[in-house]
Amino acid sequence: MISSLLSDFRSKKKSAQDITEEHLARIAEKDPEIGAFLYINAENARKKAKERDSSGDFSAPLAGIPMTLKDIIAVEGLQNTAGSKILEGYISPYSSTVWKKLEEAGAILLGKVNTDEFTMGSSCENSAYKITKNPHDFSRVPGGSSGGSAASVASDMGIFSIGSDTGGSIRQPANFCGVVGIKPSYGRVSRSGCISYASSFDTIGPLAKTVEDTAIVLSVIAGHDPLDATTPDIPVPNYAQEISHNIKGKKIGLIKEFLQADGIRPEIKEETLKTAQELEKKGAILQEVSLSLTKYAVSTYYLLVKAEASTNMARYDGIRYGPSVSPKSLHDMYEHNRSLFGDEVKRAIMMGTYTLSAGYYDAYYLKAAKVRTLIKQEYEQIFETVDAIIAPVSPFPPFCIGEKIDDPLAMYLADIFTVPINLAGICGISVPTGFRNGLPTGVQVLGKAFHESQIFSIASVIENL
Amino acid sequence: MLSEEEIHKIAKLSYLSLTPEEVKKFQKELSGILSFFEEISEINTDGVIPTAQITGLTDMLRLDNPVQNISADALLKSSQHCIRDHQVCVPAIL
Repeated sequence: MISSLLSDFRSKKKSAQDITEEHLARIAEKDPEIGAFLYINAENARKKAKERDSSGDFSAPLAGIPMTLKDIIAVEGLQNTAGSKILEGYISPYSSTVWKKLEEAGAILLGKVNTDEFTMGSSCENSAYKITKNPHDFSRVPGGSSGGSAASVASDMGIFSIGSDTGGSIRQPANFCGVVGIKPSYGRVSRSGCISYASSFDTIGPLAKTVEDTAIVLSVIAGHDPLDATTPDIPVPNYAQEISHNIKGKKIGLIKEFLQADGIRPEIKEETLKTAQELEKKGAILQEVSLSLTKYAVSTYYLLVKAEASTNMARYDGIRYGPSVSPKSLHDMYEHNRSLFGDEVKRAIMMGTYTLSAGYYDAYYLKAAKVRTLIKQEYEQIFETVDAIIAPVSPFPPFCIGEKIDDPLAMYLADIFTVPINLAGICGISVPTGFRNGLPTGVQVLGKAFHESQIFSIASVIENL
Repeated sequence: MLSEEEIHKIAKLSYLSLTPEEVKKFQKELSGILSFFEEISEINTDGVIPTAQITGLTDMLRLDNPVQNISADALLKSSQHCIRDHQVCVPAIL
């Protein structure tokens, strides 16, 4: 899609202004119902498209391509709410590295899209601003937390979007909305200027209609950044060029514990097995693998993530961020501002404060950090025997709005297939496989840390099945 | 099971003010969640080194040069407080 658009721009068959206008018209038509956008950047997008057309220069990798950003990614001069009331009215004083790279590559920002508050959630229902609907069924959630990103791409309100994935927040909404979404390896993409949830887990990545488009965008945004000390200086390949459709002899693992997990719906398991068998027909070698700690992944993940979140949320003290109030005391000011947090953020702060407090730290936080080491080692061992893993993304298809919001533990447990990947720091791509009962189906392909090319290739074969 | 007092204590440490209904709700939810998470105590982690940085990078050094020039005006614009004489007004705390 991106490459054909670029060739149309270069041959003057289409202009950046045409494409931008088409997208803005669709946003005006569809978004009142879908609710993906928190901010529509229409005027600026038109201006940038015009500038691009006047320059006639479409040599940059994303020149004239209209797209959206999850509203946690800073763009100088624009809002960055993180779906929270505490950041209402805040204007970013600088741009994130990701946006600077996209802008440099010629991307045109259509707007900023919805997220669960501070990315904590998997349905977008935790946003303080609006409910985003699944474009394939308006009674259902788009997934989350990058639900606005997935919904905007699925309904052609952006060629691609940038989301974030701390425990599945790119892959699960991509799966629910029938688009492609890659969670790169931890450290592959700079987090500078992206609002934190849990800093040792957060990753930034693209969602798009095709595997190739996510590969093109990842090549633009990946790489070492002096402003994010967790980005290793590993060369960034041209991922799109490295996509190979020959998977003959590739060893692909199926995780026994995933397919036997409590609560996995039979049709989800069937879809994964069916896709794996199709890959086998293309020459891949399937291998059952065991990851014995899978059962503990959700507990380990949430203990660590909520601990990190509670420290990250401490910066929202009402001084640097938050509305101006006339408090009786400093304590009063903190409490007044922090009462703007929604329930899931309050749960995160309290859970993290508790598990990090004296007397509980060893049993909860430290123990979980040790289990994380063991989980990482299990994945490393598995990748000595297989090239990639194929797995389900969510144990069930997109659920109805309001259906699960009152049971936080049940929501956490539904992350069983996505959180282990963030615990291990590896990469994973969610790719659609079709529709069942009108709702999108899909699988994820998991690969070794910094081996994104491998999973792009396998995902590309899956999308062409 | 976390007691109501414990919820009050955690809320105080977190600078969160909770309504009596919220105290009851979070007491129930957090107790359920944390008791479920206790399952990780079954795993033997003797001698295991905890992981906080997954890629194993250590001591990422850089020169201590100012590189990002964020203007004071942009920073002032990001504040919700009233601005007076190019400064942010904050409530008196003493």
